[in-house]
Order: sequence, then C-alpha cells, then structure tokens
Amino acid sequence: MIPKLDDTPPPPPRRRGFDWRTAMVPGLIGAGSIVLVFGFLGWLIATNENWPRIQLQFFNLDHMIAAAPKVGRGFLINMQVWLIALFAIGVWALLLAVIRSLRGPWFAPFRLMVVLYIDLFRGVPALLLVILFGFGIPALRIPGLPNSGLFWGGMAMVLSYSAYVCEIYRSGIDAVHEGQRAAAHALGLNEWQVMIYAILPQALRNVLPSLMNIIVALQKDVALLSVIGVRDAVREAQIYTAGTFNYSSLLVAALLFLLATIPMARLADWITKRDRARRLQVAG
Amino acid sequence: MIEIRSLTKYFGEHLVLDRVDLDVARHEVVCLIGASGSGKSTLLRCINRLVEPDWGEIKLDGVPVDDARFGKTGLQRRVGIVFQSYNLFPHMTVLDNITLAPRKVHRMARVVAESMAMETLALFGMERFAKAYPEQLSGGQQQRVAMVRALAGAPDVLLLDEVTAALDPELVGEVMDVIRGLKAQGLTMVIVTHEMGFARDLADRVCFLDGGRIVETAQPEDLFSAPEHPRTQQFLERLLQGGRL
Repeated sequence: MIPKLDDTPPPPPRRRGFDWRTAMVPGLIGAGSIVLVFGFLGWLIATNENWPRIQLQFFNLDHMIAAAPKVGRGFLINMQVWLIALFAIGVWALLLAVIRSLRGPWFAPFRLMVVLYIDLFRGVPALLLVILFGFGIPALRIPGLPNSGLFWGGMAMVLSYSAYVCEIYRSGIDAVHEGQRAAAHALGLNEWQVMIYAILPQALRNVLPSLMNIIVALQKDVALLSVIGVRDAVREAQIYTAGTFNYSSLLVAALLFLLATIPMARLADWITKRDRARRLQVAG
Repeated sequence: MIEIRSLTKYFGEHLVLDRVDLDVARHEVVCLIGASGSGKSTLLRCINRLVEPDWGEIKLDGVPVDDARFGKTGLQRRVGIVFQSYNLFPHMTVLDNITLAPRKVHRMARVVAESMAMETLALFGMERFAKAYPEQLSGGQQQRVAMVRALAGAPDVLLLDEVTAALDPELVGEVMDVIRGLKAQGLTMVIVTHEMGFARDLADRVCFLDGGRIVETAQPEDLFSAPEHPRTQQFLERLLQGGRL
C-alpha cells in the first residue's frame, strides 16, 4: 500500500508480539532431527558386536578414574608450558616482525637474518626441533646452560611458533595504510617511533583474530613435549597405558585438552566477530 | 622563503617532475593546479622530504632541506602537511593525535602540549572533540583536527594536499574557513587543489602543472580569466565544460 503524500506519515509497522508457534516450530524441527540422526548413529555403535570391547578399552570408567590424578597433574604442566611459551612467542615474534618491517639500508642485514630465521624454523617440523633441542642440547652438557629437557623442548616450541607468529604480525603491519606512515614521518617521528606509536597499535588490532587461532593451536601442541620424556598429560596417560594395557587414560587426557581448547576457540570466535562488527561500523 | 630549483623526480622510468623552479615568499599562498598525475602532490611532498627528489634543490630560508643543520626533526617542525585522507591515527584520541609530535619529537611535557592543543582546538571551535576518536567525527571535523595536528609544532610553512577532495560538498566550507583564517594570520602555504574556486579565492599566485612542469604561473584573476599557455587554456576549458569552474 502506498501512503498518500499529503497525509501524515504512515505509522511505524506494528511489531508482532512473541508468537509461540512461529518460535517453537523451527526449534522443534531442529531438535527432533538432531535426536533422530544422533540417535541412529548411537544405536549403530551400541548394537555393534565390537562395542563392548571398545568400551572396555577406551571408555572404562574405573581406569579413567584411576588415571585421572596423574594425568591431571601432567595437564597442569601442559598449561604452564602453554602460558610461558605464549608470552615468549608473543614478545620474540613481535621483535622479529618489527625488525623485518624496518626500512632503510642499515637494517638490511637484520632483515635478512629474520628472513633466514623464518625459512629455517617454519621449514622444519616442530616435532624434530623438540627432539633435537630437548635431547640434543642437554646431552652437550655445556656448563652454564640449563640441562632440563622441558626447558629446551619449550624453547624449540617457542622458536618454531615464533616463525609463524612473526609472519602474522608482519601481515598486520603491512595492512596498515601507507598514509599512516607518511603522516607519522611528516610529524618528525623517527623510524622506531613511527612503528611504536603509529603502526604497531593498529597492526596488533588487525591480527588479533589470527593470533587467537594460533594460541588455540599452541594449547594442544605443547603435548609434543611428551616425546622427550616431559611428564605431561599425554606422557602420564601413556605410562598408565603401558602398565594396564588399557587406553582409557588417553581419553582422560583428550577430555582435558578439549575442556581447555573449546572455550578458547569460542573466545577466538567471539573476538573475530567483534572485530568484524567494528570494521563494518567503520566502513559504514 | 622556499626556493625550488630544477627539481626532478622519476618514479621508475616515469618522469614525474621535470626541472621545476618555484619560489614562495613569506606570507604567500601558492596554489598548484593541474590534472591528476601532473606532479603537484609529488612536488609538495618533496618540500618536507616525504619524497626524495632525484635532481635539483629545495631551500628553506636559504638552507637546503636535506642539510644537517635541520637535524632529524627540524624540517618537520618548520613544515607541516595535511593530507587528502586526513591520515589521523585511528587508535588515538583527537588530543593524543595532536600532542604526539610535541611530546615525542619536541620533548614537551604532556600538560604543556595538551594545554596548547586545547587552545588551538578552541580556536577552531573543536575543543569538545578532544577526547573523541577520529572515526566518531565527520570528514570535515577530522580534516580540521588534521590541520590542528599539523599546526601543533608552530610551523612556518603549511602544505595542503587536496585537503577538501575527500569531503562531502557541504563539509568543504568549514575546512575552507580554517584555511582562510590561517591566511589572514599570514601563514605561508603551498596548496594542491582541484577546487578552482578555492584557488581563485585564496591564492596569491596560481601555478598550473602539466607533465611534471610548471607551464604557467600567474595571479589567480589573470590565470583564470586570460590563461596564456595553450595547455592551461585546454585544462580550464575542460573544467568549464564539466561545470566545475
């Protein structure tokens, strides 16, 4: 219906009150189909003739409870390594990224060093680095250096991850508009000041979603340290398995990792969403 | 005050500025006009060394701009610039944008820098935006903040690079008023613009650039009513047809 021009403007469209029927029907269909599909899959598994054996080996509640204290203590080590590595990677990678983004011929050798570093540590499997550092360096028995496999394994993780994170930072730095750099230089700021006051704050905001993704990945990859004998959750679970020939302890470890990573992943989603909303707002 | 001699700049193989000579006297307002790609912005950016020329010389009060006597930041303190796209720092408040250079480059105490900034903002009727972030302001307001930022070091020369080109037409006026006020105060300005009305209104002299050369320099009334060079005539003709003159 087209409102007449000489009239007062038409009233705003009436908001319809909450209608149970329109609200409930899609929800019921969704819930019903989920129950149907998952119920069917569950029935397939439960009626399988191998299911009792699988349950006994993987989901044995007695074994799970028995293994939980040690696996749990190991998991605390995982989380400690994660937090420390997180901090070290954040700082070290940022330093590398800033060096790589500095302009001017005097910085050329440093830029080259960073490029070589990234090629090296991104090109070698993290697992190999962990074994090489965690077993190799303590074996040298160099006086003055720490002898702990945990320390050197963690160091390998930091060096490896920093190569990736450095590239994320750098993409964020490159994405800052050239005019920002020009404006900062025109105000008389030197190369460092331009970076610290004008470029980096914007770059970090740009890459926060990607960084969150890396943080979630690191949270579980710290389990790599179990191969060099660090008694983390995975290692403790393996030790339990070796004594009992039951794999339920590994599922305890898996459960613990899920409990930690899923909230982090949701947090990452939330940050990404908020970031996108902010961008749209600025663009509009 | 500014002496430019045989200024030449290549971008790769492309000749952007071709042996440009230009003198700007103290308190003078010079407008640079010309088609896109004629080299006006590059010429402007050579003056405060955002672009390094390949040949030629620019002197400020008799001292070459790349002379060590200016030190690291002396030139930037004496020559301010405002850009087409404002280039305010989006993560800083208006006040922080304005006081960044005074605090970090000129080592001024924060209180002093902020009280000076507030004074200048008040002069332009913008003091209520001191705590706002650039994205909360209109284009015209952002551009006025950018002008205050460029003036914070009390420069002798202000360079304006198409400062109204990104603005909605109804916001151009408020920025023009600021520039008019600065001219009245006797500030030396070099202005790149596409707004011929602007040039006619404000300029003491207008330079028409074509292909990296200044092909004609004249008083605005002469240049717009009786251009001598055929390229200038052609350029103004086209603007007239486009209804922009």
